[in-house]
Amino acid sequence: MTGAAAMLRRWETAMLALLIAIIALNSLDSRYFLSVGNFVNLFQLSIEKSIVALTMTLVIIGGEIDLSVASVMGLAACVMAWTFHQGAPLPLAILLALAAGVLAGLNNAFWIAYVGLPSLAVTLAGLIGYRGVARILLEDRAIGGFPDWFNRLGQQPAIGPLTASIVIFFILFIFFAVVLHFSFLGRLIYVVGSNAQAARYSGVRVAVVKTDLFVSSALVAALAGVLYAARLGSVRGDMADGFELDIITAVLLGGVSIFGGKGTLAGVGLAILVILNLRNGMGLADITGNTQNYVIGGLLILSVLAPNVWEDIRNKWKGRET
Amino acid sequence: MNWLQRRVRPEQIRELSLLLLIVVAILFFGSLIDGYFTFRTFNRIASSVAIITVVAVGQTLVVLTRNIDLSVGSIVGFTAYFVGTLIAAHNEINPVLAVAIAIVLGAALGAVNGALVAWGRAPAVVVTLGTLAIYRGVLVDLSGAKTVTTDSLPQWLIDLPLLNAVPFGDLDIRAVFVFAVVIVLVFHVGAANLNFARRLYAIGSNPEAAQLIGLPTKAIVFFAFCVCGALSGLGGFMMLARFGNITVEAGRGLELSVVAAVVVGGVNIFGGSGTVAGAMLGAVLIGTLEQSLFRLGISEFWLDAVLGLLILLAVASDAVILQRLRALWARSELKILDEAPNERGAER
Repeated sequence: MTGAAAMLRRWETAMLALLIAIIALNSLDSRYFLSVGNFVNLFQLSIEKSIVALTMTLVIIGGEIDLSVASVMGLAACVMAWTFHQGAPLPLAILLALAAGVLAGLNNAFWIAYVGLPSLAVTLAGLIGYRGVARILLEDRAIGGFPDWFNRLGQQPAIGPLTASIVIFFILFIFFAVVLHFSFLGRLIYVVGSNAQAARYSGVRVAVVKTDLFVSSALVAALAGVLYAARLGSVRGDMADGFELDIITAVLLGGVSIFGGKGTLAGVGLAILVILNLRNGMGLADITGNTQNYVIGGLLILSVLAPNVWEDIRNKWKGRET
Repeated sequence: MNWLQRRVRPEQIRELSLLLLIVVAILFFGSLIDGYFTFRTFNRIASSVAIITVVAVGQTLVVLTRNIDLSVGSIVGFTAYFVGTLIAAHNEINPVLAVAIAIVLGAALGAVNGALVAWGRAPAVVVTLGTLAIYRGVLVDLSGAKTVTTDSLPQWLIDLPLLNAVPFGDLDIRAVFVFAVVIVLVFHVGAANLNFARRLYAIGSNPEAAQLIGLPTKAIVFFAFCVCGALSGLGGFMMLARFGNITVEAGRGLELSVVAAVVVGGVNIFGGSGTVAGAMLGAVLIGTLEQSLFRLGISEFWLDAVLGLLILLAVASDAVILQRLRALWARSELKILDEAPNERGAER
């Protein structure tokens, strides 16, 4: 067990080393790289994905997966835009959007935690279904014309150089880090993720833990959808389409095991920074977004492959000694 | 009840109910839409279902082994584009050779997935999520933003999707659909009867046990990914034939439709149970709904919501009803065993 813990610690160290190397290379490459403006910009451009990656971390450590997050982002934004378009005041529309997120999360949780269906299938249905509801609401319209304060919220710095979304990201990061690593519920998430059956026999209310996971995942996704709408200034039915893959990639790259029970929020935070800096650096070096996509895809495969290959080599080495 | 239980397995009841659902859907839409019961409707549904079905057959084999291949959409796009480019450059190429190239190209991409999963011991979700991005990325980079256009393709390829398999009377059944059905039949019978294919089920039911009894689990998983890639390559060729114009975006998001078809078709996402024919029925049901809702004049925007609900219901009924049925079947088998010694006792 201590070996596994040491391995995990090594994973975060490896990510940190990679991050430092990328930042060093990038700052050699372009003198604009190390400016505060560049870093804020960097963060801001995919801040909604980073926010959702936080709750995705908890869900995957809990041994489940939520493929519906991007559709919940779209659904929440569309609910907000639609109710606003019907004449409701925007704060009420935002509340309804968050409520829609909670409903979506409860729906996922009901089928997964209480009926016992696999989360991959339920949230795949959610991915398609919630997007469908979003499309029913807006059809092929784009709704904009939100009040100025809302657009400023998404686009202008709120505290110092940081936008409201970035501030919210840091608050949520600290909150979920405390929940995951320093609270009773956090320990339960690891227990359920390692062995749900054993957890149930030890008297853990597994269904409640899973409900917590899926509701918070959907609620945070809905919040991210609203923030995304604030940043873009208008809402369409296909908003945030396909984001789930990037979000899951960041979490897995952060050393979280797809089988649950292993991983840290710090690792995911580092992985987000690695991805952002890698993309930014490649962008500054005139490498297209497409090439960036598959470099990150390769990095993802490497991240799960490397420990296994390393183990094989070590075993062979040991075999030779004896 | 006993005669029924001896002749039918719970999984077959599930497939029959899916078939019934398709018939009900067709009758329902037929009563609402004028001129629904025509070969035009049939062909529209059939040609959209054919591609999904062929890829879903491969996906079924992978899912049976408790893995998943999310990269199928990228493999379809990759082969459709490159075989299209090849045929556009060499119009005189032998059609059989062109199909063979598509299959081999797909199988090679599938082999990469399979090797990483089987021997790299990396989780399939993660590996294929990565190769989904990589295959698509390589395609975009190599293509140089060019597209394959219909007018650069030879006539036989353009005529292929309209080819009639039954050239007499009013019957008009597209060869592409017949081809897809043949593939389903071959793989369905194969998966149910071949010794080799039964091992897919064995691995999916319990990977550790399969390893312990000495099955070459790694080679079998690798093989499943190769076949899935090969069938995706074939799907890519079918897509090229159907649309003619192929951009680098071809097949994007197809993996979701394919996984949806497989799940609706009753293949257990955790492996070990499900059939190829079931996956095809799933694809047909989704395709029927897609095309018919569109014809009904219901806004296309409702389609996804209905589809999501359908998948949920399919999975839920699979879990709840099938579990009960299996328990019922198992209990009656126990009863038969219980009765056996009693009968002998009576003879004595």
